[in-house]
Amino acid sequence: MELSNQYIQQRLTEKFGEQVFNFEDTYGMLSFEAPKDQNLKVMQFLYDDAELQFRFMTDLCAVNYPDQPGRELAVVYHLHNLRDNVRIRFKVFTSVAEPDVYTASQLFSTANWMERETYDFYGVNFVGHPNLKRILNVDEMDYFPMRKEYPLEDQTRIDKDDEMFGRG
Amino acid sequence: MARPVRFNIHPKEGDINSAVAVAEAPAGYSGDGFFTTKLSDVVGLARKNSIWPLPFATSCCGIEFMATMGSHYDISRFGSERVGFSPRQCDLLMVMGTIAKKMAPVLRQVYLQMAEPRWVLAVGACASSGGIFDTYSVLQGIDQVIPVDVYVPGCPPRPEAILDGFMKIQELVGQESIRRRNSPQYQALMDSYGIQ
Ligand code: SF4
Repeated sequence: MELSNQYIQQRLTEKFGEQVFNFEDTYGMLSFEAPKDQNLKVMQFLYDDAELQFRFMTDLCAVNYPDQPGRELAVVYHLHNLRDNVRIRFKVFTSVAEPDVYTASQLFSTANWMERETYDFYGVNFVGHPNLKRILNVDEMDYFPMRKEYPLEDQTRIDKDDEMFGRG
Repeated sequence: MARPVRFNIHPKEGDINSAVAVAEAPAGYSGDGFFTTKLSDVVGLARKNSIWPLPFATSCCGIEFMATMGSHYDISRFGSERVGFSPRQCDLLMVMGTIAKKMAPVLRQVYLQMAEPRWVLAVGACASSGGIFDTYSVLQGIDQVIPVDVYVPGCPPRPEAILDGFMKIQELVGQESIRRRNSPQYQALMDSYGIQ
């Protein structure tokens, strides 16, 4: 039987009940949300289940929503079932004041570097990560550049005309 | 109808004096079998017509440099036949492309490994000022980490512009006093970059 989005949703609700919510079907791709302390349990279930078999992590990233108090940072996992070629998105939200999320690097080795990147740009603290340090930016950087409270531009320049750079 | 064949009906005779560029002799006194001039002029003449460039090409401007090096524009016409890829051997560091902040220590290391006298040419908006990349990850001009002699504007500059910048370097090299690198001003310049 083909693995349909309804079926995945049904299996998840059977298993986790109220803990999984905000199911969406955008462009045929299922996406849903769970509390951040459930992230490993949900992914482990998706991984182990004989029918679901989401055993490949395509991507892991974060999104910053500064105008959602308490839910400022979303960590998004893209999972792939290689047997049935089905992809889903799984999100957990965390507050920016306490951006602790359990690491998925025990489950998917590929999460190791992706979590380092997410930490580098958004400051998500992946609890239990073996080597959580900056991966792309310079080590001396003391902020998380993709968070929206920080300006994109380099602040060391004084001779560029602000008018011309759209920040006058 | 047969077309008249007109190739090479006025072949150009080779003129050795116009085809071969000969560097002009520096000012001096000459007589029967001798020629006197300043040593610094001779040293400058030799240096400026045999610059060994070290290309440090990181992005799109590097492609323009490849054209500059190729047969059409041909940087070897200016005495730079030998492009070196070891900083120890080279006189001119040509920085072409965006230098990310993470790359800055590498660029500086390459500069430190070059032997004096050394010159630096910043090619393109990125190397000169950060260019369009006014962003947290890009060095806003290589003159933040190493001293630069000539800046070439453009995004990217055409090969002609790179050659023009190269000729400006040649001018500097030819006119440089052989004592410049021992002067207190030069020392102060190096100190301002923290280079011993
Ligand atoms: S100056 Fe323009 S062409 Fe040159 S490296 Fe920068 S973006 Fe590329």
